[in-house]
Amino acid sequence: MKKHTVICRAINICKTYWRGKVAVEALRGVNIDIKNNDYTSIMGPSGSGKSTLVHILSCLDTPTSGEYYLEDKLISTYTDLELAKIRNEFFGFVFQSFSLLPRLTALDNVALPLMYSGVNKQARVNRAKDILAKTGLSDRMHHRPNEMSGGECQRVAIARALINNPKVIFADEPTGNLDSRTGTEIMELFDQLVEEGNTVVMVTHDSNVAAHARKIVKLKDGLIEHD
Amino acid sequence: MTSVFGKITESFQTFKTHRLRSFLTILGIIIGVTTVIAILSLIEGLNRAVSEQVQSIGSDLIFLQKFTWISTGQQDLDKLADRPDLTPDDAEAISKLPSVEIAIPDIDRRLSKLKYRDKEVSNPTIAGSDENYSYVNNHFVESGRDFTEDDILHRRSVGILGSYVASQLFPEESPIGKDLHINGHRIKIIGVFKEKGTFIGQSLDNFVLIPYTLHEKFFPRERGSIFSRVYGGYSIDIKPKLDKIDEVVDEVRELMRRRHGLGFDKEDDFELNTQQMLMDLYKNITRIGFAAIIAIAAISLVVGGIGIMNIMLVSVAERTREIGIRKAVGASNQNILLQFLTESIVLALIGGIIGIILGVLLAKLISAVSPLKAAVSFWMVMLGFGFSAAVGIFFGIYPARRAASLNPIEALRYE
Ligand SMILES: Nc1ncnc2c1ncn2[C@@H]1O[C@H](COP(=O)(O)OP(=O)(O)OP(=O)(O)O)[C@@H](O)[C@H]1O
Ligand SMILES: [Mg+2]
Repeated sequence: MKKHTVICRAINICKTYWRGKVAVEALRGVNIDIKNNDYTSIMGPSGSGKSTLVHILSCLDTPTSGEYYLEDKLISTYTDLELAKIRNEFFGFVFQSFSLLPRLTALDNVALPLMYSGVNKQARVNRAKDILAKTGLSDRMHHRPNEMSGGECQRVAIARALINNPKVIFADEPTGNLDSRTGTEIMELFDQLVEEGNTVVMVTHDSNVAAHARKIVKLKDGLIEHD
Repeated sequence: MTSVFGKITESFQTFKTHRLRSFLTILGIIIGVTTVIAILSLIEGLNRAVSEQVQSIGSDLIFLQKFTWISTGQQDLDKLADRPDLTPDDAEAISKLPSVEIAIPDIDRRLSKLKYRDKEVSNPTIAGSDENYSYVNNHFVESGRDFTEDDILHRRSVGILGSYVASQLFPEESPIGKDLHINGHRIKIIGVFKEKGTFIGQSLDNFVLIPYTLHEKFFPRERGSIFSRVYGGYSIDIKPKLDKIDEVVDEVRELMRRRHGLGFDKEDDFELNTQQMLMDLYKNITRIGFAAIIAIAAISLVVGGIGIMNIMLVSVAERTREIGIRKAVGASNQNILLQFLTESIVLALIGGIIGIILGVLLAKLISAVSPLKAAVSFWMVMLGFGFSAAVGIFFGIYPARRAASLNPIEALRYE
């Protein structure tokens, strides 16, 4: 794929939540493009709509209004099944709290997305082993989340995000629960991934973290702030 | 799509983490399936015993008696007692009917004890009939000889032992030629019947057959007892000709009405009983048994099912975050639905399998300690499987739907 092809294009995205009769306008007309090999950081105060935006971009949620194109296909109208397939094949996720399945080993956690893409067991295991090696966790493959440190868990989560060769990796405050040294290690891993041609969208509060990105988008009250 | 096998192993993972809880959940199903398998196999065992029994007696025999085997509603014993007694002459007349092969008089009296020297046997029946008894009842003399016409005509003091009586009174020696005392009268043993076996724990060989002519002398009718007046008299055992079974009842009825001088407006004062009536009654009783099983099964399976539904709902709530994560990495609603449905089915099937095993063991135990003989068949095992799988599906679908319809964002937010 050529550099700087637009992968995600969001036009005038609005998202309104209802708390009883009170409308909460989490996003109020956001336009954003994510291009191939972008390294975008989304910043903004708490409640400004960062997570909401990432959820919509990653097809975990649908906008109340606005158009969202994924590689020129309008997907705002897709069904649950189609969106599940897109999440599986196009995107990788890393969340603040590590979001691994507690009963599965690191290896099985990493291989989980492949299970839903219908890859056979042997291929799943081989691929998961490769990715774990790449994220420096070869010796933790058979550990369960409660037997690993926070940094290790986050690496497993990153490995899981990578396993299907995603078009975009979304990370919502991936260093939020880590101490600064481990956080820095994780950020170095992300830097390396972008270096290798991956596309990353990262939500963060921390301007030091945001400094790793090539592009910073600032959100405030559900709108993008332009300087 | 993940493989079915993968899903099942995954389900087992879940149960391993909640052993006690899973076990309590499937207790209802275990109890239900155990009871059903045990009762079904006992009924099946009984069915086999009864049909063997009917076969050996000869289901084509018709019994002319004062009373009916199948009483519909209240029986008026006084009325039955006033009916005319049936007689060996009736048997002779019936034997001459075109559709009848042969008819014999048959009379029974039960004794509390029969002794020979230091040996004794309890509750033997002293039966009186004629030389055709063995042929009509398809029950032949194995050693010694059968009655002859002369034995009956001349009221000879002879008797043939059922095999049980023979083995109890004469464990070591041959009974043939020995003298036995019945009610103070002496008879000479001339033969022993072939063994018939037991029916629901009762020996069918605990009897002595003597000529009916002798029986009348040994046991004069006590006119006083209403019970004896109804049940103590002769019964006529009628063996129809092979292809005339349908005509027999009508011919016998007509003859007997004539012999009893009944006008066309009078009711019959006798009854014609058949094995078929007994079979029908038996079938009705087992039908009640089956209904009871269905009720037990339904109740316990509903209880078990609700248990499963409850535990699956708890499981869905506990694993909300897991569901969110799975959906985030690409699980479709259907994937989640199948995952939880597999869990509930596997859970129910484990209960079913345990129930089947316990049911079979219970049936074997009952067979070992009681006269009832259980017969476990393959279809019962399949039924147990089918039932528990159905419960797993039926009561698992709602929690699974609930899991599948969770919004991934809400689920991920859930702590
Ligand atoms: N499910 C929901 N129901 C109602 N309101 C919601 C829901 N999710 C988010 N909101 C509201 O929408 C707004 C934006 O939320 P969002 O989670 O996107 O903020 P954020 O920028 O990610 O904040 P933080 O930095 O604290 O994570 C907030 O006011 C929040 O309360
Ligand atoms: Mg957030």
